[in-house]
Amino acid sequence: MSKKYHVTTTVNGDEYEYLCEPQQTLLDVLRDELMLTGTKEGCATGDCGACTVMVDGTMICSCLMLAVEGDGKKIETIEGMAKGDDLHPLQRNFLELNGLQCGICTPGILIAAKALLERNPDPSETEVRYWLAGNLCRCTGYDKIIRSVLAAAKEMRGA
Amino acid sequence: MSTILDKSGFNPDKKLKIVGTSPVKHDGIDKVTGRAKFGADLFLPGMLVGKILRSPHPHANIRAIDTAAAEALPGVKAVVTRADFPECPKGSAAGDMSRNAMAREKALYDGHPVAAVAATSESIAKQALKLIKIDYEVLPHVIDPVDAMKPDAPILHDHVRTKGVKDAADKKTNVVERLELKMGDVEAGFAQADVIVEHEYDTKPMHQGYIEPQGCVATCTEDGQVELWCCTQGPWVFRDRLTEILKIESSKIRVTQSELGGGFGGKTGFYAEPIAVLLAKKAKRPVKIVLTRGEVFRGTGPVSGTRSRIKMGVTRDGNITAADAELIFQTGAFTGSMFFNAPQAMFTRYDLKNVKTVSYEVVSNRPKVNSFRAPCVPQVVFGVEGVVNELAQKIGMDPLDLRIKNAITEGYKTIYGETFGPIGYLETLIAAKNCDHYKSPVPKGQGRGIATGFWFNRGGETTGTLNIATDGSVTIILGTTDVAGSRISISMMAAEELGIPVDKVRAVMADTHALGWNRVTAGSRTTYSSGMVIIDSARKAITELCRRAALIWGVPEEGVVFEDGYCRPASSNVGEFPPLSLAEIAGKTTLTLGAIAGHSEMNVTGAGPGFGVHIVDVEVDQELGRVDIKRYTVVEDAGKAIHRLQVEGQYQGGAVQGIGWALNEEYVYGEDGRLQNPSFLDYRMPVASDVPMIDTEIVEVPNPRHPYGLRGVGEVPVTPTMAAIANAIGAVIGVRPRSLPMSPPKILKLIEEARAAR
Amino acid sequence: MNSLRYEAPSSLGDAIALLARASGTSRILAGGTDVIVQMETDVIEPELVVDIKRIPELRQIAVENGAFRVGAAVTGMELTDHRAFCEAWPGVVDGVKLIGSMQIKGRATMGGNLCNASPAADSVPALIAAGAIARIAGPNGTRDVAVEDIPTGPGKTSLAKGEIIVSFLFPPRPARSGDAYLRMTPRTEMDIAVVGVGVNIVLDAGGVCTAARVSLGAVAPTALLVKEAGAALLGSRFDAPALDRLAQAAGAACRPIDDKRGTKEYRVNVAGVLAKRAALVAVERARQNPTGRSI
Repeated sequence: MSKKYHVTTTVNGDEYEYLCEPQQTLLDVLRDELMLTGTKEGCATGDCGACTVMVDGTMICSCLMLAVEGDGKKIETIEGMAKGDDLHPLQRNFLELNGLQCGICTPGILIAAKALLERNPDPSETEVRYWLAGNLCRCTGYDKIIRSVLAAAKEMRGA
Repeated sequence: MSTILDKSGFNPDKKLKIVGTSPVKHDGIDKVTGRAKFGADLFLPGMLVGKILRSPHPHANIRAIDTAAAEALPGVKAVVTRADFPECPKGSAAGDMSRNAMAREKALYDGHPVAAVAATSESIAKQALKLIKIDYEVLPHVIDPVDAMKPDAPILHDHVRTKGVKDAADKKTNVVERLELKMGDVEAGFAQADVIVEHEYDTKPMHQGYIEPQGCVATCTEDGQVELWCCTQGPWVFRDRLTEILKIESSKIRVTQSELGGGFGGKTGFYAEPIAVLLAKKAKRPVKIVLTRGEVFRGTGPVSGTRSRIKMGVTRDGNITAADAELIFQTGAFTGSMFFNAPQAMFTRYDLKNVKTVSYEVVSNRPKVNSFRAPCVPQVVFGVEGVVNELAQKIGMDPLDLRIKNAITEGYKTIYGETFGPIGYLETLIAAKNCDHYKSPVPKGQGRGIATGFWFNRGGETTGTLNIATDGSVTIILGTTDVAGSRISISMMAAEELGIPVDKVRAVMADTHALGWNRVTAGSRTTYSSGMVIIDSARKAITELCRRAALIWGVPEEGVVFEDGYCRPASSNVGEFPPLSLAEIAGKTTLTLGAIAGHSEMNVTGAGPGFGVHIVDVEVDQELGRVDIKRYTVVEDAGKAIHRLQVEGQYQGGAVQGIGWALNEEYVYGEDGRLQNPSFLDYRMPVASDVPMIDTEIVEVPNPRHPYGLRGVGEVPVTPTMAAIANAIGAVIGVRPRSLPMSPPKILKLIEEARAAR
Repeated sequence: MNSLRYEAPSSLGDAIALLARASGTSRILAGGTDVIVQMETDVIEPELVVDIKRIPELRQIAVENGAFRVGAAVTGMELTDHRAFCEAWPGVVDGVKLIGSMQIKGRATMGGNLCNASPAADSVPALIAAGAIARIAGPNGTRDVAVEDIPTGPGKTSLAKGEIIVSFLFPPRPARSGDAYLRMTPRTEMDIAVVGVGVNIVLDAGGVCTAARVSLGAVAPTALLVKEAGAALLGSRFDAPALDRLAQAAGAACRPIDDKRGTKEYRVNVAGVLAKRAALVAVERARQNPTGRSI
């Protein structure tokens, strides 16, 4: 068995320490060591986006980052999106406009959409679609997802 | 055992307060915060990681298995092989299920499980798999069902003899069944026709594509109690099947359903679960198995690929007189494709008296097929709706008008013997004809296609309970897995019955110890059947509420009525009593006989069939063969949309699955019989930038057998999709494709052939 | 995965030493979008993974004598957010954008895309068309190599043991120059290119082509620099006959295979179509660049 690496990292503002084998990915460790199961594994090859998280402000697939690389990083997952009882406008709009059915892709999509709106508060429908092209959904056909994102963007702009 | 409410109480004029609105679904909060627990999200103390070893050969005898080195590896706590599975006779349902879960005599597909381990870490489990030695005798394989039907094809199962063939010679075969379904006289029918169109079609197998791979955690105590946590479309069905193949008593097995990350029929049967149970039994520790995406593609149920020949005839003034079809379905390594759905459904929109269909189910060296939405139907509707459009073209009739002229209505007797009650096909066609999309001109350079679809919608064995708490709030106990949001719709119906806000109702998804039997969530049956059963439970609870009110007031039971959430005196003769709410009555239960609840078991019937019309505009890049979906509208009859946004979501999701199936999704096998594209990279499902908004129009022709008139909506929306897109492509390039998927190289070839022909 | 070691050196010298010394299989880890996938699917079982993201030279976008030098481990996102680079080399950015999703671009790098040496890599044809030069550092010193000379076959490069690509040097951008990259995929995103074409051209004041480089991806064991295709454009005004000659030359250069992503016939067909389209995009960009890009 490989030697384990000791990592100190910040997730959703809280400091965490974990031990990991070198081939474990950040996704493996978030779920299996830190019990933050909101981030999902759909494929483990970067093709579905269900494992999307933010690392130092950049949106990535956590299945494509080694856990050992997490040392000293600032990680944000779906568990950190709501603030207490206050849901993020994206979360609220997804609920109101039924932007989810089974919900398995939802955490990845919410993280991705949040990253988009932080860069571009007024995206067009096409821009939203291309930004979310890395997040597969099999239930909704994407329609209500896009509408929920656009509605949240409008709300956040105060429009 | 009742099958339906004696009096549904359906009243089209009743003013509904909750049904028909779109409240936020109660399970939504957990899903937008990541709290909801799916199959892979359970952790138990001492839990081990289970991993499965799979055959790399599509067809091989398994001569010997040596697990000694794996068992000796430190950290390995259990190893399971075919020796651990009880004997189940070859060719029986249990025998097939057991052998699909783990190969016994033979490996029958690339990816077939042959052994499994449970270890203290994933890396040790993976290492242990490498130490297992399997002695394979590789056999010739066959993938394509037409090849599998040839006389010299490699035979998968020695015991298979074709069902439905008189005097089937005692000859080994891969053809499991020949099914003939007919009515009237097709020869006479074709003789009446002025125009006949006949074509051959083929479709490739595809996968349900749920984003959540199967995940489960099994435990087994020293005295044989099994607990299984898993994502499933049918906890009771899983339990019963575990009983059948592992020979463990059902009352010793508790199956608890996790949230389901997509199923679409693909999770109506188990895969790793029996293996996890056996590993847990041996290790005496919980065992978690989560399939990788590669395993999902290699080892779980694809959707049948087909070959079909379809022929239909029409008179010059637009009467469709006859229809004839020969269909071949692949079922993978074991029977179970539900191919009989196809001949039953494929023409069931047209007022036909003369139909003949012959269908074959064929095994080949692929994973056993599992259901998808409308199993085996979209593949053949792909052809039917192309033939009908061509008939329309040839007699100079608008394609919708031809369908309107031949539309079935209430009273039609189908080829499978059911006589329809009120149905909404005609209304759906007319709504499609009048919708904005259809009325707007086809944009320059684009082509428009329409197609119609049908699904039976099922009922089935369903159980549920409704409990009223002492504060008047309500919990409903459901057994039908919520795949997309049925639990809110059912909660809405309970709230409507009880006259309380929907927020006072909470649904609980039961495990198999806590509720009676429920059939799988499939067939678009859930909202209809669980709705029926919960409404029945609510009405029983209401009867009980009235009894208690009567007791409280000291009046006869007939003197109490229930209205809008309150028990009232039936008339002023009964007495002047202020109305009593649920809370007021339930709060006195200790004085008045105890808990107030309702319970119902039904083998639900009376589900009304659904019909849909899809309209699509496409653009084709004629130098690259690439198809772009520009505009899409789904018009479908929901009977009554209980939760409007949910119903729209079903239409949209089904349409986009159909778009993927139409344009790019297929399994690719090499000469070696191994799957070449077991990943989302090369199994190409639509991404957000591939599709436009999907417009929807909900038609409501109620099914009066249901208290709120609803019809299932989950499966109809995928049935006409590929046909509509193919019809649209045909309108652009002049040739209507007859092979799925309609990927760019194939479209480019058709364009070049059309050009050469001119 | 037995005895895998992870190292994250902060100097180029340390990285080279680690790789040169390694006894078994080793891999450089930049974004990991290929390496981690290959590890997860058991295609490779390295004993050493050297994470190069802490080495400053590999992570910078710098200007050298009026031209860009881009670190090999700059991510796709960082590159596409660099406004000046996007203005100078929109074709290279087209290619980088198509490497994968937004999530992939948050990690993927041109160095990794090139060294993974998939024949279909999206950034490579544009790099070749641009005339980019790779600076390679290794145990025997530093050398500069044209990008087209790096891939030698599917999954293989001309790098020696211990060598790392440090950066890519792009030529200065003269007046009326423009580049473009187009590819054919069945879906709009997320696919591996069935055919990829990079075109880089320079026009004179009269609109005549004075320089042209055309590169094809996914139609041969490596990405190709197709000299005949460039020659077909030289001296032309990108009229129909010139574009036809371009398409012919592109098709003729293909040595494609049949695989799950496309057939030979389809690839040859499409190479010509895309070459024409890419050339026209490059021309349009050249016309909008009358004075060149000084940086």
